[in-house]
Amino acid sequence: MMTTYLDHAATTPPRPEARAALSQWLEAANASATHLAGQAARTVVEEAREQVAVALRCSPHEVVFTSGGTEADNLAVKGVVWAARERSRSVPHLVTTAVEHPAVLDPARWLAARGDVRLTVVAPRGDGCVEVEAVLDALEPDTVLVSVMAANNELGAVNDLPALAAELRRRGVALHTDAVQAVATLDVDVTGWGVDALALSAHKFGGPQGVGVAVLRRGLGVVPLAHGGGQDRGVRSGTFAVALDAACAAALTAAVAERAQLRARLQAWTDRLAAALTALEGVTRSGPASSAERLASHLHLLLEGVEPAALSLTLDRAGVAASSGSACGAGAATASPVLEACGLVGTPLRLSLGWSTTNQEVERALEVLLDVVPRLQGRSVSAAVEVMS
Amino acid sequence: MAQVLVAMSGGVDSAVAAALLVDQGHEVTGVHLKLADLPLDEQVPGHGCCTLDDAQDARRAAQVLGIPYYVWDMSEVFEREVQTPFAESYAAGVTPNPCVTCNERVKYAALLERARALGFEALATGHHARLRRAGAPVVEPGEGVELHRAVDGAKDQSYVLYVATPAQLAHTLLPVGELTKAQVREVAVARGLRVANKPDSYDVCFIPDGDTAGYLSQRLPVATGPIVDADGEVLGTHDGVWRFTVGQRRGLGLDHHERRFVTDVDADTATVRVGPREELACRWAELAAPSWTTGRPPEGPVRVQVRAHGRSVPGRVVPGVHGVRVELDEPVYGLALGQAAVVYSPDDTVCVGGGRVVAAERPAGLPVATPATS
Repeated sequence: MMTTYLDHAATTPPRPEARAALSQWLEAANASATHLAGQAARTVVEEAREQVAVALRCSPHEVVFTSGGTEADNLAVKGVVWAARERSRSVPHLVTTAVEHPAVLDPARWLAARGDVRLTVVAPRGDGCVEVEAVLDALEPDTVLVSVMAANNELGAVNDLPALAAELRRRGVALHTDAVQAVATLDVDVTGWGVDALALSAHKFGGPQGVGVAVLRRGLGVVPLAHGGGQDRGVRSGTFAVALDAACAAALTAAVAERAQLRARLQAWTDRLAAALTALEGVTRSGPASSAERLASHLHLLLEGVEPAALSLTLDRAGVAASSGSACGAGAATASPVLEACGLVGTPLRLSLGWSTTNQEVERALEVLLDVVPRLQGRSVSAAVEVMS
Repeated sequence: MAQVLVAMSGGVDSAVAAALLVDQGHEVTGVHLKLADLPLDEQVPGHGCCTLDDAQDARRAAQVLGIPYYVWDMSEVFEREVQTPFAESYAAGVTPNPCVTCNERVKYAALLERARALGFEALATGHHARLRRAGAPVVEPGEGVELHRAVDGAKDQSYVLYVATPAQLAHTLLPVGELTKAQVREVAVARGLRVANKPDSYDVCFIPDGDTAGYLSQRLPVATGPIVDADGEVLGTHDGVWRFTVGQRRGLGLDHHERRFVTDVDADTATVRVGPREELACRWAELAAPSWTTGRPPEGPVRVQVRAHGRSVPGRVVPGVHGVRVELDEPVYGLALGQAAVVYSPDDTVCVGGGRVVAAERPAGLPVATPATS
């Protein structure tokens, strides 16, 4: 069966440029070796680093390749907190938000639980955005790091990072941002925004899974997570993943080159989907009302009277891949902490579009959803669900 | 060919059930039910059916078979309908069968209803029991189905399925009941299912270490009372009637030469009575909420089984105070209130139905117990 793939926020397919780079450099030598083959491999890594720096508007010295977004977030959060602890020998203060990805929230809570940091978690607005004022109110004299995502992975809510960065700069507080979801459609600009650290994951913009980027600006003290051979200026030991780094850079370059057109295209499609689906009874769009405050790629809906397990199974059967909630360790759907923090109740459905999405896919998904959602809201299933819950 | 949902526990039986259904040409979807919400550090792999490892084993089996796979969180309804009543029953001096309750309230009946609502024509499980239509094995859903014991008598699980109604059986498939356990493992090996040699689970799934008293002690208060013999002489004390089940011999803590069994548990007076095996003899039981796989109570001679892995005895089903009453031609020993009495055909092949024991013959000198809890 043909699958209509609308889960690009989870993983977007690799771009041709990434495929080419991956296969071209799969047999690269060890990039730390001093022989010519090693030098050739190192050249690939450093060129990839430069491409990433150009795409993100920062210095190549500030780009560290990681295993993905989770490692990049961990490196920024733990690395900065531990470096501050070493400097001051006291327990510093950390600010983050309730809508962060677990890759930020979990290390933050873990640090707090083991007494390495004092943590303040800022509540979002009901639409998922985080107010600059709310973050500033949470600051304490010894706050060493603020971590606020550029855009939320579930609701697509975009935060005003340039404004926040300017305020924090005046106060001498470092800002880390998880830009994993944002980079495909938002003009991520490390210098222009004025952030001190930033995390990306390649498979969200057309690169392969298993590689990501941590931007760590000069002057930001970071204690490494992985100790070993001292690669990447000692911040991230481990043999350079030549092919992955090259593919990551190739994908990012291609993504940035076509970003404006992609944004306009996806905006039109998500708006079309939203208009048609919210015309159904019991279907509402969540997230910011203004398109300036949400990602063009994301459409988050709440469906009344639809049971999550039934939704995911029915969409699969109809050949539509979309996210109907996150899963616990065992794989069962669990309540979303993000929606909870925003005070949103209901069965979530996230449609996320990407670079390979076609108009045909959008139309087909719409056709399926207009059929499936009212059926799942129907009597027979509700009756069965009552028995279950 | 039918759209079939298979409940996959992560064990070998349900994995092979899915494999057999795929081979029969059905369109098969696997579902793993998250039942007990066990903390990670209490999870014992391969014991019980609710660990992360089991969910992963079920997922892997589905992948090997190439079928879609989902996990449904039913831990809330499981807690409410199975775990809480389990503890409450023990507190009331009654011995529940949580697997029967689970089939009745969660795993089988309610899951079947949900499967039907989602457009599946049948629910399949890895239970060792057989379905027969006009004497032939059932491979397609449809009316006119009898529930038979499994080919492998030692593994037969028809006992816990007695609550199935004819309408439910019409939408049920039980493919592994046609095979012995050894054959099930052979199929698993042949299909490359790594659960082929996973040990069988015998414990209650939400008590993975098998320590029922320990589990109950976390949920129920200490309530001391006497342990008495048939003459009312106090032989010792206990710290909770829920630690005892009629027929139990071990763990009485009595310093006595004779073999003594628990013969009665009276939650109202917190009294545990013990006595010799003869006092356990029981020739009748009143059943509440009787349910018949055939749609109606049986007439004439039957066989009655009062334990999941016990032997059946000849008897008869007659009208009773709470529903029906079973009268036994030979006594059973150690019939605890709350257990299921399951009725089979006279030749001991067809599971006809059954009910919960709410009253039974007691040792001489005790009034007939009819607790409110059923």
